[in-house]
Amino acid sequence: MKILVGVKRVIDYNVKVRVKADQSNVDLTNVKMAMNPFCEIAVEEAVRLKEAGVASEVIVMSVGTTQSQEQLRNALALGADRAIWVEAESDIEPLNVAKAFAAVVEKEQPGLVILGKQSIDSDNNQMGQMLAALTKRPQGTFASKLVIDGDKALVTREIDGGLRTVALTLPAIVTTDLRLNEPRYAKLPDIMKAKRKPLDTLSLADLGVTPKSHYRLDKVEAPSTRSAGIKVASVDELISKLKDEAKVI
Amino acid sequence: MTTLLIAEHNSSTLSSATLCALTAAQAIGNDIHVLVVGKNVESVADEAASLSGVAKVLCANADVYEYALAEPMGDLIVYLAANYSHIIAPSNSESKDFMPRVAALLDVGQMSDICAVLSADQFKRPIYAGNAIATVTALDAKKVITVRASSFDKNAQQNDQKCPVETIDFVAESVLSSWQSDDITESERPDLSSASRIVSGGRGVGSGENFALVEALADKLGAAVGASRAAVDAGFVSNDLQVGQTGKIVAPDLYMAFGISGAIQHLAGMKDSKVIVAVNKDEDAPIFQVADYGLVGDLFTIIPEMVGKL
Ligand SMILES: Cc1cc2nc3c(=O)[nH]c(=O)nc-3n(C[C@H](O)[C@H](O)[C@H](O)COP(=O)(O)OP(=O)(O)OC[C@H]3O[C@@H](n4cnc5c(N)ncnc54)[C@H](O)[C@@H]3O)c2cc1C
Repeated sequence: MKILVGVKRVIDYNVKVRVKADQSNVDLTNVKMAMNPFCEIAVEEAVRLKEAGVASEVIVMSVGTTQSQEQLRNALALGADRAIWVEAESDIEPLNVAKAFAAVVEKEQPGLVILGKQSIDSDNNQMGQMLAALTKRPQGTFASKLVIDGDKALVTREIDGGLRTVALTLPAIVTTDLRLNEPRYAKLPDIMKAKRKPLDTLSLADLGVTPKSHYRLDKVEAPSTRSAGIKVASVDELISKLKDEAKVI
Repeated sequence: MTTLLIAEHNSSTLSSATLCALTAAQAIGNDIHVLVVGKNVESVADEAASLSGVAKVLCANADVYEYALAEPMGDLIVYLAANYSHIIAPSNSESKDFMPRVAALLDVGQMSDICAVLSADQFKRPIYAGNAIATVTALDAKKVITVRASSFDKNAQQNDQKCPVETIDFVAESVLSSWQSDDITESERPDLSSASRIVSGGRGVGSGENFALVEALADKLGAAVGASRAAVDAGFVSNDLQVGQTGKIVAPDLYMAFGISGAIQHLAGMKDSKVIVAVNKDEDAPIFQVADYGLVGDLFTIIPEMVGKL
């Protein structure tokens, strides 16, 4: 079974983003970029399935700018076998990305597609579900456990009330939550080896996808900030502040 | 123009998030129909029929909808979509699962997690863990939207006269996915998403047993219990208690954080709380930058003292 994994280049999760003075967007000049953390978890899960003998090949794919190839090389160093880079603007919309993935799914016929549940820049949480709809494959979102059992994937999902396990008939789409696994770090020899692994370049046109604009970004503002509070010296002072000043207890 | 609002419920009552999404739907300005989907949900449909501002309730009752699996939910909503300009749902683990399917099947974009309605097609939504707020115009004729409930007040007004309830006979199929089991956390405490007070613990709490301290204080205050990702990852508490960018977004009157450092991903889930209290032994912990009241000290002495004095 082949596994296709999505990889997105995003701001490093430790960086607090700033808004541009003209409010046209956030300012990403000279900001540290990295693989989206949920995509790292997706790569790790696929590589583990290969190590366990369940998967035969792990293909990683990114739809984005030239620099996205860095994150693809990183995924190759983590154990993926080959990469597909589809050139696109960095702000390409989720449905267009899903259409590019759907075209590759059609061509490669992976038994499983593993994607991050959300990217930490746009916070949309859409692409996996859209891909499942477009490819008419079942979906298991927000996975904290994944077991392949014959022609089924058993996916334990993190839901608002706790955990829910669903059975999906393969081929299927799975999106990762934080507790699915703890991703490994790439080792230096693997980083060197990754440079020689195949990385194919495609355009959206090659895949037959004409990107459409479903929304327009009008403005990006900084959120309202909280005014700095005070430090209290004791539990007694805290309780009296909460009672008499804030009136919340 | 009509809006279809997909209700969130537990098979017996509507959630408060549904009432918040109703406020958002009213701000859009169309007639509003509410869709109640599930198994044995007639009483929920009946409850929805008395909400003010609702013109009609649609009720789809069938076994296949019992667990709100994305595939049948998506097919049902797409089946109904022709009559609606806006399809809207409170953001929760179910709607996050099925709404993007609906959008893709309709070949439209989705507006995730809106926090303000500026017009029928222009909205605000948080991006980058809430560190930026985008104003976005939806260009598709049909708009698929999820609503951040904590950004809208509840519309709990009742009408004297109930609106009509229409039964939807369409029964979607679910051949490729099936429900296996649930591991749902039972709790007598208020629901984290809608509680007016929350007491949260982080890695600093140290263990699952120690969380009894956090729970004791929560019970004194009639509060819900929350946690940071680190506390959930370490297995102190279950995943449904995680507050943050990728967990639950909350905005209670009082949020108390014990042994939580204040990473941006945690702040993303709670910084709209009315009053924030932070207790941390590190006086430089970033959580103090958003706290109205900060107390530097050891949670293991502070919590018992608070429980004793309240
Ligand atoms: C993709 C992604 C998504 C994420 N999503 C979320 C999310 O939704 N929610 C979330 O919370 N995090 C999330 N995180 C994780 C986040 O970055 C932090 O790692 C996490 O919030 C830290 O949890 P913490 O504050 O409990 O632990 P720490 O950062 O380790 O802080 C523990 C704190 O406890 C204090 N402490 C220790 N002992 C005591 C004591 N005896 N008394 C008082 N204070 C004490 C310490 O001084 C310290 O400040 C996410 C991370 C990533 C990469």
